[in-house]
Amino acid sequence: MPTPAPPAIEVCNLTKHYGSHAVVQDVSFALAPGETLVLLGPSGCGKTTLLRMLNRLVEPDAGSVSVNGADVRQQRPEELRRGMGYVIQQVGLLPHYTVAENVAVVPRLLGHAPDRIAARTGELLRRLHLPPEQFAGQYPRQLSGGQQQRVGLARALAADPPIVLLDEPFGALDPLTRASIRREFRELPELRRKTLVLVTHDVTEAFELADRILLLEAGRVQQLGTPRQLLLHPANSFVRRFFAAEQLGLQLRTLRLTDMLAELPPAAEIPDATTFKSEDNTVALTATVQEVLEQLSRLTAAGPAAAGDATVWLEATPPAAREPLTYASLMAAFGRAIQRLSAP
Amino acid sequence: MNTLTELLSFWQAQAGKLGQQTLQHIGLTAAALVLGVAVGVPLGLLLTRRPRLAPWVLGGAGILQTIPSIALLGFLIPALGIGPGPAILALFLYSLLPIVRNTLAGVQSVDAAVVDAARGLGLTDGQVLRRVELPLALPVLLAGIRTAAVINVGVATLAAYIAAGGLGEFIFGGIALNNPAMILAGAIPAAVLALVFDGLLAGLQRLSGQQRGHAGRALLLALPLLAGLYLLPRATSKLLAGFSPEFVGRSDGLPGLRQRYGLDPASVVLAPALVYEAARAGDVDLIDGYSTDGRIRAYDLRVLRDDRHAFPPYQAVPVVRRQTLAAHPELGPALAHLAGQLSDSVMTELNYRVDYRHETPRAVARSFLRRRRLWCAPQAVTGATIRLGSKIFGEQYILAELYAALIRGYTHLGVETKTGLGGTTICAEALRTGAIDLYPEYTGTGLLVVLQPPAATLDSLGPDPAAVLGYVRREYRRRYQLEWLAPLGFNNTYALLMRRRHAQRLGIGTVSELSAYLAGE
Repeated sequence: MPTPAPPAIEVCNLTKHYGSHAVVQDVSFALAPGETLVLLGPSGCGKTTLLRMLNRLVEPDAGSVSVNGADVRQQRPEELRRGMGYVIQQVGLLPHYTVAENVAVVPRLLGHAPDRIAARTGELLRRLHLPPEQFAGQYPRQLSGGQQQRVGLARALAADPPIVLLDEPFGALDPLTRASIRREFRELPELRRKTLVLVTHDVTEAFELADRILLLEAGRVQQLGTPRQLLLHPANSFVRRFFAAEQLGLQLRTLRLTDMLAELPPAAEIPDATTFKSEDNTVALTATVQEVLEQLSRLTAAGPAAAGDATVWLEATPPAAREPLTYASLMAAFGRAIQRLSAP
Repeated sequence: MNTLTELLSFWQAQAGKLGQQTLQHIGLTAAALVLGVAVGVPLGLLLTRRPRLAPWVLGGAGILQTIPSIALLGFLIPALGIGPGPAILALFLYSLLPIVRNTLAGVQSVDAAVVDAARGLGLTDGQVLRRVELPLALPVLLAGIRTAAVINVGVATLAAYIAAGGLGEFIFGGIALNNPAMILAGAIPAAVLALVFDGLLAGLQRLSGQQRGHAGRALLLALPLLAGLYLLPRATSKLLAGFSPEFVGRSDGLPGLRQRYGLDPASVVLAPALVYEAARAGDVDLIDGYSTDGRIRAYDLRVLRDDRHAFPPYQAVPVVRRQTLAAHPELGPALAHLAGQLSDSVMTELNYRVDYRHETPRAVARSFLRRRRLWCAPQAVTGATIRLGSKIFGEQYILAELYAALIRGYTHLGVETKTGLGGTTICAEALRTGAIDLYPEYTGTGLLVVLQPPAATLDSLGPDPAAVLGYVRREYRRRYQLEWLAPLGFNNTYALLMRRRHAQRLGIGTVSELSAYLAGE
């Protein structure tokens, strides 16, 4: 009988004090391999300290951390860290190393063959839109902030570690760069397979990237769950208040059409799909409400129709077809769905 | 222009010595830098790991730095004696502060995020230090070594005072003889050396990261090699002589001996204050000194008899401005009380009490006057003030105090003493310009250092004390309006000294015998 795979990371009752000040108190969680956990909370809530205890940059006062079922204290810290990518907000590229040398740091520590390192470095840089022929020989000071952070990411991934820790990796970037790097990050196939722990105080970022969010306040876990659980079923008033300011935006981005099939009006008659549908006015069922709204507004901007008349069709809507959506019908369905979903 | 010509001809004449001194100077500086880097960098790194110690260590090094270099050498002499050891140690201590401080500052200036990222990636503490902190701290660290190097080149000139060689030998000889060309002969190469060290290390700082790493390693190899220059074999002989800079340069000092006896022992140069101590401790075997020096008695030294009269007579005589004598007729008789009162042995005794027993010159002067019944309580001052000068050694201080007491006791004139006027030329100049009214001088010194008569005149005077006194008296009157009064009685001539037992064992009693011993197989 196969034993179930151990959690990629398991944290039990982790506690850290600085003097009399408790920074992290009694935190526990377990991450399945490939899962992305976002440590979220206001500044000073202990999320960075919690992250740094995972790779032993900070040693806990109490509690334990296990990686792939083995207690991290059984390993030398350096060896543990070489098996985990590490990305920080200030990037921290070695200024006297070229881009390629920076990316190659961990593989070199691990004693990989030079040609293998060179191939891997080139591949990563290309994938992160830093063509090696142009960038490999440059020094960090010659790069923009966004480029530096991409190199930082490449460096963390160079040895293909199964786990990557990220401490506010996009925090120092301007909003435009941040959005584009975050998109690249999300779409990077490298990262899909990996277990990620990411620290941020940016709620939008957390919702965009997280499989689960661990919301911290004053070193204590306020809630651990999927973004939707935190949004629709806050465990306490802190959680509610924490998301209050951006609640609507988060809901629009979290709810998908599949979540509100019950609220969408069924089609009175089956329209002749081929005549009306095109790439431009069709949405997938997995689209979020936000994405449908964006598509509607694109149609309004492009076509002669008045705002209220724009419609989009739902792609393949079994078991029963649905009416094409307008602003009005979409928002009405959204409102009813939120009420239904957040009911206790 | 004249100085320049003198300088060039001096270099030409002393080319061998210049080369040797330059190599010694480089060797001293490099040896101290090697030690400074070897101790300072690890110490600085330790402080980066134990920041709480930093104020203490930096404070301690800072205090060392504030000790005047000549005083630091002085402190080290009782513990380490003279020679290269204490010189290198002193230079090393001076290089510590800049190196430690810049190592600490350099490592601390490394971006904390870079270190954090490096640790997070899995570099060990040692790897973080070697691959991240040290390379990034290197420019600042090099700046510290550069500062230390320039300080060391400068301070290393003082090594000449403790028989450690270097370019200071020319500089201090030149100062003692008031010979600007000789001072420049040592000072210019020292300045050039400082600029070269500075320039090389500055070039190192400007190199890019990787080149700098190579150059840094090259430097670490080169420094011990440079330090090795110091170990180049030097001239040796059966006896090692330790001479003061003035003696080495003066025509009636070593050059005179060389001429008259063909005497040229292997020698080191050291501070006049240290020669006796060096002889007693056995660091050197033969020294120059003064025949009335108190330490001859205290240290059990023997005066080698100057059987061929290389040293002219050095009778001690007060030299006074004629203007002052005319303005204050009571001054002459007051000073005359001391005429003929001090024989060689009496003066040696007085010097012994000051130099060795550490009694004050004033107390010694007063007890002497009391014993000779010459003491008179000071009278009320109603007249002008007489400015008394003296050179910078015990005997002159005692004589100045004796004259001060006589003037106060027998006249109503005030007395101001300006003791410790560097050397002969400084005193003579001060007297001529009226900065002082009188000081005790020695006939031989006046003859050779101040008057510098042609060789024919010197030959005609010969070793006759009366003839010499007559000549200097006449010439001083004619040239400078200065009056040599009656001699005090003793003859403080230059003397060659050896430890008495050592001299006895070798059977050396005269300079001729010494010369024969050195020449013999």
